[in-house]
Parts: sequence; C-alpha cells; structure tokens
Amino acid sequence: MNVKPALDPVESVREAFPAALLDVVEYAGETTLVVEAAQLPRVSRYLRDTAGLIYNFLSDISAVDYYEPTGGISGRPARFGVSYHLYSMLYNRRLRVKVYVDEGDDESKPVVPTVVNVWPAANWLEREASDMMGIVFEGNPDQRRLLMPDDWQGHPHRRDYPLGYETIQFSFNAEEIMKHKPFAKE
Amino acid sequence: MAIDSALENKVTEWVGSVDDVKNLVSERAISGETMLLNLGPHHPSTHGVLRLLLELDGEEIVTCLPDVGFLHTGIEKTIESKSYEKGVTCTDRMDYLAPMSNNTAFCMAVEKLVGLDVPERAQVMRVICLELTRIQSHLVWLGTHAIDLGAMSVFLYCFREREKILDLFEMISGQRMMGSYMRPGGVWRDFPAEFVPGVETFLDEFPSRIDDYELLLTTNPLWLDRTQGIGVVEPDVALAWGFSGPTLRGSGVNWDIRKAMPYLGYENYNFDVPLGEHGDVYDRYLCRIREMRESIKIIRQALQRLPGAKGGFRSENRKFCPPPRAELGQSMEAVIHHFKLWTEGFAAPDQEVYVAIESPRGEIGCYLHGTGGNKPRRVHFKTPSFMHIQGIPLMSEGHMIADLVAVIGSVDIVLGDCDR
Repeated sequence: MNVKPALDPVESVREAFPAALLDVVEYAGETTLVVEAAQLPRVSRYLRDTAGLIYNFLSDISAVDYYEPTGGISGRPARFGVSYHLYSMLYNRRLRVKVYVDEGDDESKPVVPTVVNVWPAANWLEREASDMMGIVFEGNPDQRRLLMPDDWQGHPHRRDYPLGYETIQFSFNAEEIMKHKPFAKE
Repeated sequence: MAIDSALENKVTEWVGSVDDVKNLVSERAISGETMLLNLGPHHPSTHGVLRLLLELDGEEIVTCLPDVGFLHTGIEKTIESKSYEKGVTCTDRMDYLAPMSNNTAFCMAVEKLVGLDVPERAQVMRVICLELTRIQSHLVWLGTHAIDLGAMSVFLYCFREREKILDLFEMISGQRMMGSYMRPGGVWRDFPAEFVPGVETFLDEFPSRIDDYELLLTTNPLWLDRTQGIGVVEPDVALAWGFSGPTLRGSGVNWDIRKAMPYLGYENYNFDVPLGEHGDVYDRYLCRIREMRESIKIIRQALQRLPGAKGGFRSENRKFCPPPRAELGQSMEAVIHHFKLWTEGFAAPDQEVYVAIESPRGEIGCYLHGTGGNKPRRVHFKTPSFMHIQGIPLMSEGHMIADLVAVIGSVDIVLGDCDR
C-alpha cells in the first residue's frame, strides 16, 4: 500500500487556516491546536480527510470550565474550553484540537458548532458535554440531556455548581427528616 | 405526611409522551402502526440499568433509542474536590468489572501531568494486575453473555474461575474488587509472598478451563445460530462510531493500544492481537476468548520478568509518594513529606493531558486538567461502554428482539463505566 508520509499537523493547519489557528500548546509530549470555534467543522474535516493527516478516530470530547471561585478565568481567553482528542489509525499519533467559548449571558448560551457529520461518534460525547457544562452544540441532531434527568436544573460539571452535601440527620421523625432533604425549592 | 406528598408530586409531574423523541422514531410510531416498548432499565439482559426504547414492527426492531444515566453518580465531579491520591479510590467505582484498568488510566494521567516516574518493577506488577483484570472481566462477560442466550452452565464455570482471581486481588489489596491498588508512581504495596505462587497455580489450570468453555460454545450449533451474522459492524463504520477494544477488533481493525502506543513496557512482551473477520457477535466472542489466552502468555512473561525488574513497587520521589513507615522514626524530612502528602497532597500544573490505555472493554481514556493546586480542575473519562452503547442501535436495527440481547451481550457493556 502506498501511504503518503505523515505531515506535521501544526504546519498544515497553519497553512490551510492561517486565521483560524489561534495558538499551539505543547505539554508532556501532547500537541494542542487552539482554533476558532466557528471554524471547527472545517478544520475537523480538513484534519480527517487530508492525506498525510487522516485523523479518522475521535477518542474523546472533554469540556472544561475555567471559572475560579475567587474570580477570573485562570488567564484563559474564555470561560469554557472544549478539547477534541483525535487519533490517526494510519500514522498512529494523537492530536488535541481545542476551542474556547464564552459563557454568554441570560439569553445566550455558549455555542460550539457540531462535528457529528465529521465523526458520528461525537454525538453522545457532545450531548454529555452539553448536559454537564451547558454548552450548546449547534447542529447536533439530538439535543436532549444524556446523563441527567430531563427536568434537571443546571449543569453539574460547571465549577460554580455546588457539590450538594446532604446533612447527616439524627432523627427518626420522618417529617423532620423530609424537612432537611435537599429537594428543589419552589 | 411529607413523604407521601413528596412521592405524590413526583407522580403527578411525570408525563409519559413520545413528544421528546418524536423526531427520533419513525412516523409509523406516532400513528400507532408500530409499537413502542421499554426494555429496561431493570431487565437482566441489559447488564445493569440500561433503558432501551424500542420501536417494534412485530418482533423486528425498527428504531432503538438507548437511554443511559441511571447509574450516573458524579464520579468525575467528586474527583474534582479531592486530592490526586484520593481520586484513585473513586475511579474503581466506574467500571466495576475492571477497577484496576480505571486506576491505571487515572494514575498514568497524574504521572504524565506532574512528570512522575514509575519504577520498572512497579510497571511489571501493574501489567500482571491489568491482565488478571482482563481475564476476570472477560469471564463475567462470557458468563453473562452465555446466560443471556440460554447457556446456563457456562455462567457458573466462569464465576468459579473469576472468584479465584478476586481472591488473588484480595491478597494484594485487601479487597476483592475495589482495591485501589494502583497509586500515582506505582502500586500500594509489594506483592505478598503467596501471591506469585497463587498466580502460577491459576495459570496452570486456567487454559484447560478456557478449553471447557470453548467445548460448550465455540462449535455448539445453537450458539452458532444465535451469534453468527448478528449485529454486523463494518470496519469503517466501527471506526467512525469510535468503537475500540474487542468490539473494534471483531470487525477486523487491528488496533490495540498495548501494541500501537505501548505503555508500562508492553512493547517487551510477546503476544498476538486476535482479530475477527465478519464483525458479528460470534467474531467478537472469539476475539475475547483468544484474548484471555494471550493474557495468560503476558502474565507468564511478566512473572519471569518480575524478580529481575529494577526499582521498588513505587517511585522514590518523595514529593509525590509518601515515605515508608520505617523512615518516619529516623528522618525529619520523611515526617515532613508524610505530613504534607497526607494533609494537602501534591500540586499539579495548570495543564491538560490525555492518557488512554486498553481496558478489557476497549480504550479507556483519562483527560486530566490541573489547576496548579492540589486538586484537579477537570477529570473526564472516555469510556468504551459509552461509545459502544451509542452504537447498539446501529448493530440491532433490523434484527429481532432476541438478537438485541445477543448484541448487548457481545459488546460487553458496563453501565457504571458508561454513566460514571
């Protein structure tokens, strides 16, 4: 089989999308391409289909919240980051593509375009991220919650979401116990 | 009574309707031509608490909508409020059939994040434990898969052998299942003296046990009828949907992370990666059976390697691994390290890493993001069951309900792994 020699993903993306590539981070032998959120589907398709790259396997999508309880967003460009972990079967190497997205206000939510039509596996991973972090993946065909119940309020993996301790109760009185249960208040 | 009213509220709030899934089932379901049926969440053949909403035309599955999350316990969120060493304990509870694999994925992510070394001996010890875990997980899979398809006795034999492995785990960690034996930088304690002979005894008798299982199933005409040609996945489809492990290799894709990106010194072991051809339930079955034999080969090699392996069972880097008890009486520095590590733990940089290893079910990946402090900012596990349950509709649509049970069994799902 005639396999095209591997290309450097950083240089290739920089050449193809000079405006979309915002930053390149190297840590512990892992390469992260920070790209503009709006360009994500195009960059993804390019990474998947270009000979010499062929990132044909989507390992994981992880959303991360940079909110700090003491204020600020840890010096990042925006509050939320979404990391796409790609793997190339042919060249046996990994790559992380990352987008940053702002929190939005009361009306708007953080929005990232979907990559479901590039890697179908992204469907549930995106649903999980939107369930847990409240990021909307525009274009995902199924936007129901995945892990939490449909009527759940809030997004548990945000850093400002409380852990929800339940106090220990020293009583056999059912009424007393129910009074202190952490049910949602009206 | 407050309890009654709380329950009552729940009941009146529940509205059963197909509105939520209207665009996901066919037009015929809305008009009542086909039937919507709930399978699960409490059904023995769904291997835990998986709910499947099935749209049926007679007995044929038109649409299958998996509904997960019943076992969601917020493990990732819990780890975010714990120091790195304590986080290991939480990872056991995800994939409860392969706790050692989860431990290792998390520990390797921590090691990569802070740049911690793992001595050679600890690596060999981890390999032994990981491969024993693979065997015991496959035994549960085989037993439950077979019982789903009506072969009762295989279940009993498999659990008999699994119990022996769990006894070995109890010997090294004090617990049968949730041992938390792996720690950042190595393992918890050295193997006790009885462990290695115990493993050897097990390895001597186990190949003949696999022969027994195969005698019962591999050429059994009933088994062939139920499994061949069912739930076929083409290799490119399996890749696109993110399948991994035996589910991917059953379709003939040669991707085993132990071979492709070796970790813990797997490049030094001589073993094969069994591949299927047709991508059906039967080929996935064969892959896993053969994998158990390969695991035996790996453990044998690891046991030979163990006496000559350099280093201890845990890293000597005292900034990350607590000193042994004996040092505390002699060294002030050891006391300081002990105190620091057990009160606040160690700090990790504000960076992200992703580590993936080959668990019995496939690629288990750990995404770890530090804060610069002693607790992680974000831990996310990419779990094989999650990806495989997403693919169940793909494998089951067009088949009968009974075949759906075979498909679920063949991808070896663990709901704790999926929901975390």
